[in-house]
Amino acid sequence: MDRRFVYMDYNATTPLHPEVKARMIEDLEVYANASSLHESGRAAHARVEEARASVARLIHARDPSSIIFTSGGSESNNTVFATMFHLGRKGPRRGIVTTAIEHPCVLNAAKWLEEEGFPVRFLGVDSKGRIDLEELRSSVGPETLLVSVMAANNEIGTIQEVAAASGIAKAAGAFFHTDATQCAGKIPVDVEAWNPDYLTLSCHKIYGPKGIGALYVRKGAPVVPLIRGGHQEHGHRAGTYNNLGILGFGAAADLALRELPEYSGRVRRLRERLRDGLTRKLPYAHVNGHETEVLPNTLNVSFPGAEGESILLYLDLEGIQVSTGSACASGSLEPSHVLLATGLGPELAHGSIRMSLGRDSTEADVEYVVEKLPPIIERLRRMSTVA
Amino acid sequence: MEAFAWLYSDIVKDHFMNPRNVYDPDEKFEADADGIVGNVKCGDQMQFFLQVDEKDVIRDVRWKTYGCASAIASTSMLSEIVKGLPILEAYQLKPEDVSKRLGGLPDNKIHCSVLGDKALRAAIDSWLAKTGREGAFKDVGATVVCTCLNITDRDIEQAVKDGARSWEDLQERTKIGTVCGGCKGRAEDLLVEYVHVFGHDE
Ligand SMILES: Cc1ncc(COP(=O)(O)O)c(C=O)c1O
Ligand code: FES
Repeated sequence: MDRRFVYMDYNATTPLHPEVKARMIEDLEVYANASSLHESGRAAHARVEEARASVARLIHARDPSSIIFTSGGSESNNTVFATMFHLGRKGPRRGIVTTAIEHPCVLNAAKWLEEEGFPVRFLGVDSKGRIDLEELRSSVGPETLLVSVMAANNEIGTIQEVAAASGIAKAAGAFFHTDATQCAGKIPVDVEAWNPDYLTLSCHKIYGPKGIGALYVRKGAPVVPLIRGGHQEHGHRAGTYNNLGILGFGAAADLALRELPEYSGRVRRLRERLRDGLTRKLPYAHVNGHETEVLPNTLNVSFPGAEGESILLYLDLEGIQVSTGSACASGSLEPSHVLLATGLGPELAHGSIRMSLGRDSTEADVEYVVEKLPPIIERLRRMSTVA
Repeated sequence: MEAFAWLYSDIVKDHFMNPRNVYDPDEKFEADADGIVGNVKCGDQMQFFLQVDEKDVIRDVRWKTYGCASAIASTSMLSEIVKGLPILEAYQLKPEDVSKRLGGLPDNKIHCSVLGDKALRAAIDSWLAKTGREGAFKDVGATVVCTCLNITDRDIEQAVKDGARSWEDLQERTKIGTVCGGCKGRAEDLLVEYVHVFGHDE
């Protein structure tokens, strides 16, 4: 088989969609400060507002002004936790309930609140990566300020019962936030159905540029700005509008919405092929995450006896790009907190590989990986002290 | 493959792609002694097999690992270095000796390469025990860490093998750092490393 270049790390980031790229090249000309009152300022402002409407449409938000542009998912999530810090210092509610499998930008923001004296509860997950709604129900009360449950996990792809979690939070009078960074463009994201107070999006996961994201804020929900300054974003986030990023986000959101049905069906079939091909050749492979409630593009597999960073780099030599939950690759001594939270033993967590498919993935890519990966695993297991 | 250029040297890449002296179950390598360190829980484990002649010279070696690219490459290099070496010399090899021969390792990968020499020493220790000289190299190649109290890296290693896990444990056992305190930084780094390598068998 000829050497191929196979990018299977779309959950880490995506390339620019050619159409987004084309539109952005044109939009490089939109230089005016969108806060300026003169003609070019007003023109830029109109374009920014169009993009805001596109992002709102992507998540079925009726009111475009519910969208705040930020620098990305990390900032959106931090804005929510910083807001809770200010509310909790003044009000009677201080309790934070989140999950053990959140992205580090939520986990570390929650840990910061814990250090500041807020009671923080990290809900565990079952072996498939789902929280227990009964446990959530018994964890919230009149003291709970915020419940934050990610909609889908970036490492294993497991999708939570977001609407139900939201309902439980609301019934207790708490705010509900969900990090939907990995959902947009892959599964329908609907703020009408999920009813969150806050929802996080990031543009570079949906074939748009990096450094731009959004926070959906339900009308009436408080926001304390992380970045203070001018009146941009209704005073919720200061800084001259990032025209190019915002317009790129608008273009990417239009496409994500339009292509969703076709896209998700196609990557789901590729994922199944990849999963079946690998588990047929390597029967001891352990597929992580939920069988059905999983992002259509995400396949996380553990191989006993083979260490993840070695697998990743042998694959890299074959032109295949994936990521791993092994500690070595992250430079820490702990393997993936997500896999450990699902109860996976450290050995299997160190030996995990995440393959995330995307727009440009093909059947030939899948065949290539099914051909190249098994001998790598077999070779590592042969030289292993374990298997 | 330029993908490797930023991460590892050409020599590392070569040893990763074509590791030397790997233990092959079909080969039926007859070892005179072997040693194993590390733990799969921590993501790396290393085993060394030695053939030693009557003059205490290492004739041949094999190794196995559960580990990352740096662990594979550095152990492969170490296995080349020790062939033909008297055990006394082999015992004194340090991770730096290996990483230098590899053309350097990225900073955050150094901790992945510290298992090889320790597995080798464990194998040599087992050879010494087998030949009635248990513990004979106890102080060989030791470096003084605490100059006030003349405490070496080997003393810290032994304390960890005996159960020390925290700085307080270590001080209780060795009194290290109780005079001028100047050794604390280095000693704590070694403590973390040795706990990683030896500290998981309870
Ligand atoms: C679930 C999740 N949340 C947040 C982020 C952070 O987004 P950004 O890179 O835009 O800061 C990511 C991306 O890595 C993610 O996967
Ligand atoms: S060097 Fe260790 S106490 Fe002085």
